Amino acid sequence: MTVMQRLLGASAVLALSAGTAAAEPALIFDLGGKFDKSFNEAAFAGAQRWAAETGDSFREIELTSEAQREQALRRFAEAGANPVIMTGFAFGSVLGEVAPDYPDTKFAIIDMVVDQPNVRSVVFNEHEGSFLVGMMAGLKTETNTVGFIGGMDIPLIRKFACGYAQGVLAANPDANVVANMTGTTPAAWNDPVKGGELTKAQISQGADIVYAAAGGTGVGVLQVAADEGIFSIGVDSNQNYLHPGSVLTSMLKRVDVAVYDALTQGTDLETGFNVMGLANYGVGVALDENNEAIVSYDMLAQVYAAADKIVSGEMMVHDYMSDDSCPALEF
Amino acid sequence: MDFLTFLQISDTAVRFAIPLLFACLAGLFSERAGIFDIGLEGKMLAAAFFSAAIAALTGNVWIGLLAGIGASLALSIIHGLASITFRGNQLISGVAINFLAAGLTVLIAQAWFKQGGRTPSLSDFGPNARFTSITLPYADQMEDAGALGLVYSELISGHSILVYVGFLMVPLTWYILFRTRFGLRLRAVGENPAAVDTAGVSVVGLRYAAVAICGILCGMAGAYLATALQAGFVKDMSSGRGFIALAALIFAKWRPWYALWACLLFGFLQALALRPDAVERLVQIDIPGQLLDALPYILTVVILAGFVGKAIPPRAGGEPYVKER
Repeated sequence: MTVMQRLLGASAVLALSAGTAAAEPALIFDLGGKFDKSFNEAAFAGAQRWAAETGDSFREIELTSEAQREQALRRFAEAGANPVIMTGFAFGSVLGEVAPDYPDTKFAIIDMVVDQPNVRSVVFNEHEGSFLVGMMAGLKTETNTVGFIGGMDIPLIRKFACGYAQGVLAANPDANVVANMTGTTPAAWNDPVKGGELTKAQISQGADIVYAAAGGTGVGVLQVAADEGIFSIGVDSNQNYLHPGSVLTSMLKRVDVAVYDALTQGTDLETGFNVMGLANYGVGVALDENNEAIVSYDMLAQVYAAADKIVSGEMMVHDYMSDDSCPALEF
Repeated sequence: MDFLTFLQISDTAVRFAIPLLFACLAGLFSERAGIFDIGLEGKMLAAAFFSAAIAALTGNVWIGLLAGIGASLALSIIHGLASITFRGNQLISGVAINFLAAGLTVLIAQAWFKQGGRTPSLSDFGPNARFTSITLPYADQMEDAGALGLVYSELISGHSILVYVGFLMVPLTWYILFRTRFGLRLRAVGENPAAVDTAGVSVVGLRYAAVAICGILCGMAGAYLATALQAGFVKDMSSGRGFIALAALIFAKWRPWYALWACLLFGFLQALALRPDAVERLVQIDIPGQLLDALPYILTVVILAGFVGKAIPPRAGGEPYVKER
């Protein structure tokens, strides 16, 4: 089939589906891209699971620039898509303006709180999940130095770093945490070369485990960690398979569950504030055949014990975003 | 800051400087011949993708390097067609090339590998699929032989072959531009193409040659990013290095040796930004990494404003040559 035929075919399908499906849900991916092997990809996986189970379809768009945010939101809302789901904190202010204009459309936003009657805000307790992988790093390290590499320097990423540092120190009070951010612009999510160099810099400071919360930049971190023979920790999606035996674990953030739930509820989407933490399996650590050889039973026992304490409220992990400060780490 | 830390930072600086150096020399050839090239970034990106993709498909990084150079060369020819043959605006053509590369790489990557606009990790394709670092002879023994030995084993040894090629390109560029007939004509074409034409030398031919050399060097820059520093392509992975290289070119006042120092300086500043702990220990105050990241641009503005000497671009730069009749 030639390219032109494909294009024509695709537009024909679009035209047909636009006519029939009035209340099709829509999903908007943030700048990291649908296949970032991490945050947005998890959202896509959740939507695909829903589509496979129900046989329904959803509309989607991948943003390529900041300017498209409002445009994409309004176009989906105008076209009758319901609910409209978006991934990423950056939609916060735009959605706050757009949502009141479409009172009959339900919106769901992940990673941000927007206080509007027709918006469902889903936030994750990333600090709890990061605490657990931090514990594993603290128990596994032999040099008593572990690293953290963030993407863009925003409060959300500091929340990851802060939870991680608390976990490391809880398991290993003598340990030293080296934390770096890749940059201050959105380009920091897609700079694997700089991520790799940051990893090397942390290795020369003695780190033998690095935790990457940096989107596409994390690919470079995990690669260099595997090349240099140290451990790394993935984020958001299960990244253990990327370098079996080198990726110690991954901090799971079940964006897929959040998206799946929102799609399942459909137009009856329950609005309001929604927290996904350890208690309702919104965050966790990834264990599979790729890392079973490097995670010891003793380590798991301690991690599970800590998880139980956090769920029962016996132990509190400090949330950086609650007061913009971190007791365990200086930025 | 102890000596070993300094060496480690310098080591990082070299790795950061090499892509800048290749791109900067590429821009040097092109701009010295009177063709401004904003598209360095796009060419690097295209080369990064094709070198990684072909290396993954064939398992041989040298074929990947050739493919990367080929892709960059193809974009160069487009730039040449637009700005030399059709006498279009060189800046606009360069911007178009950047957009084209940013979109095309991700699109083709998705069609070929179905991994969301990236290539699979080259470490899955055998030992020959990427450039590995070379340990120079006696590097291990020299480690204990005092400061010079440490410099040899830490800083000079242990880079990939492209790093050494990059450094060799500097004297080569100088020789070609300032000691050969071709170089003299190439520089003349950037200053006064009418005089070159009067002498019976083809302006169009010389400019195409310069643009082609620019493509080859950009190809090496991109291949270095994707197959030596990293093991695969990720979208937008050149992250502005082509523009920093342009800044370095102005900073170096369009001279090859200055270009080397400018790129090393910019690389060193970027490397320093990764080690806030060492900087803080050295100067006793906390310098934000963002400031170090921004310094290359600030320095370039200072140079352009004429505070430190004057940066005078080639006189006929940016102007298409029209033969008078």
